[in-house]
Amino acid sequence: MERHITLPLTEEAARSLRAGDRVYLTGVVYTSRDAGHQRLCRALERGEKLPIDLKDATIYYVGPTPAPPGRVIGSAGPTTSGRMDAYAPALLAQGARGMIGKGARSPQVVEAMKRYGGVYFGAIGGAGALLAACIKGCRLIAYEDLGAEALRELYVEEMPLYVVIDSRGENLYELGRAAYLRS
Amino acid sequence: MRELDVAAISACLERLCVRANTRLPEDVCRAIDDCAQRETWPMAREILGDIQKNARLARETGLPVCQDTGMACVFLEIGQDVHLVGGALSQAVNEGVRRGYVGGYLRASVVADPIRRGNTGDNTPAMIYTDLVPGEQVKITLCPKGFGSENMSAIRMLKPSAGLAGIEDFILETVEAAGPNPCPPMVIGVGIGGTFDKVALLAKKALLRPLDQRNPDPYYGALEEALLAKVNALGIGPQGFGGRTTALGLNIEVLPTHIAGMPCAVNISCHVTRHETEVL
Repeated sequence: MERHITLPLTEEAARSLRAGDRVYLTGVVYTSRDAGHQRLCRALERGEKLPIDLKDATIYYVGPTPAPPGRVIGSAGPTTSGRMDAYAPALLAQGARGMIGKGARSPQVVEAMKRYGGVYFGAIGGAGALLAACIKGCRLIAYEDLGAEALRELYVEEMPLYVVIDSRGENLYELGRAAYLRS
Repeated sequence: MRELDVAAISACLERLCVRANTRLPEDVCRAIDDCAQRETWPMAREILGDIQKNARLARETGLPVCQDTGMACVFLEIGQDVHLVGGALSQAVNEGVRRGYVGGYLRASVVADPIRRGNTGDNTPAMIYTDLVPGEQVKITLCPKGFGSENMSAIRMLKPSAGLAGIEDFILETVEAAGPNPCPPMVIGVGIGGTFDKVALLAKKALLRPLDQRNPDPYYGALEEALLAKVNALGIGPQGFGGRTTALGLNIEVLPTHIAGMPCAVNISCHVTRHETEVL
């Protein structure tokens, strides 16, 4: 099913999505990957205030290339999500709703998604130039010293995604492959 | 004896870094086009279409095809009648990579220490491989290698008794374990033989060979085709969402080995398998 969704992502909207849905997101997403996730979770452990409000937030696992002159951002496709598995449940518990990346997730992340009403979107891995075209704004928020891994706020328009794992734990990697092999 | 100033090597690498990251090689584009033609699964066709569009867009805009502009793997074939002057070779290579990545708005993805981390800020140092060959030319190949796929690579010291079946099982097991993580459709580089270290290098060198060029030994050429068919029967498909196109190509490189061993390495790459070559 094709869905066009405006962010922030409410729990109701997230829970209505199904693995395999083609989704186009419009609104604010935050970039974070390995080192940024580690800092966010350390801050949570210490009880510090986070640089962003996680309530209904969508996090894009991306480390873009630098923006050439006249462009908002460089190439900006997803990175492998599994490296954020150690941190994702803590962020979902704080209200984070959507995750955008590519590749498999751990059972712990899927459990947290079911519990808190989270959704895992897949962007096409390796399609960095194509995904950059739907990013209309980019603002540095925190962790500038991390370079490509800094925390940024992106404004995206009709960002093309697939629901890979939904809030019931249904998984497109399993369903899609099984359906193809049956065909 | 020909003299060659290493400054020419820096300038060459600067060009190669930008070109390799913004222009997908022709052989990879052709393989994607072929697979898109043959793919039957609707979602897989849609994704291959987006991958084609992405490569076109990168070429037109000059943006990198993928944001993971990789670790710079530099292969130098240096003619033994060349005298390199003007400085140290490794410094010249790194200077070229630095200029290419910083000036070309490519991503700095290298950390100075594997445990203590810390981004070096300019994507250096490069991984440099040198071979001495006859002649008085220097052939430079750059392969910017992304790590989403590199992380899914594997090596196994098989027993000779495992035979061809053992090699096949190991390759299929590695691809299965990689699943959706390395951005399929993948490109698979296989090394067989040599020693523990050489076999990994063979697997990486296998990724440099054009996808439509079979191993010149007909035994291995046929094996490449047979293994690719088996990989594509797994059904992982583009991005892991199901489909025929799990891999665009599979190349095998071999070396003689010890009576007691049959090393095998599988270097996984993605649909953004980049390599550019110049001869100086």
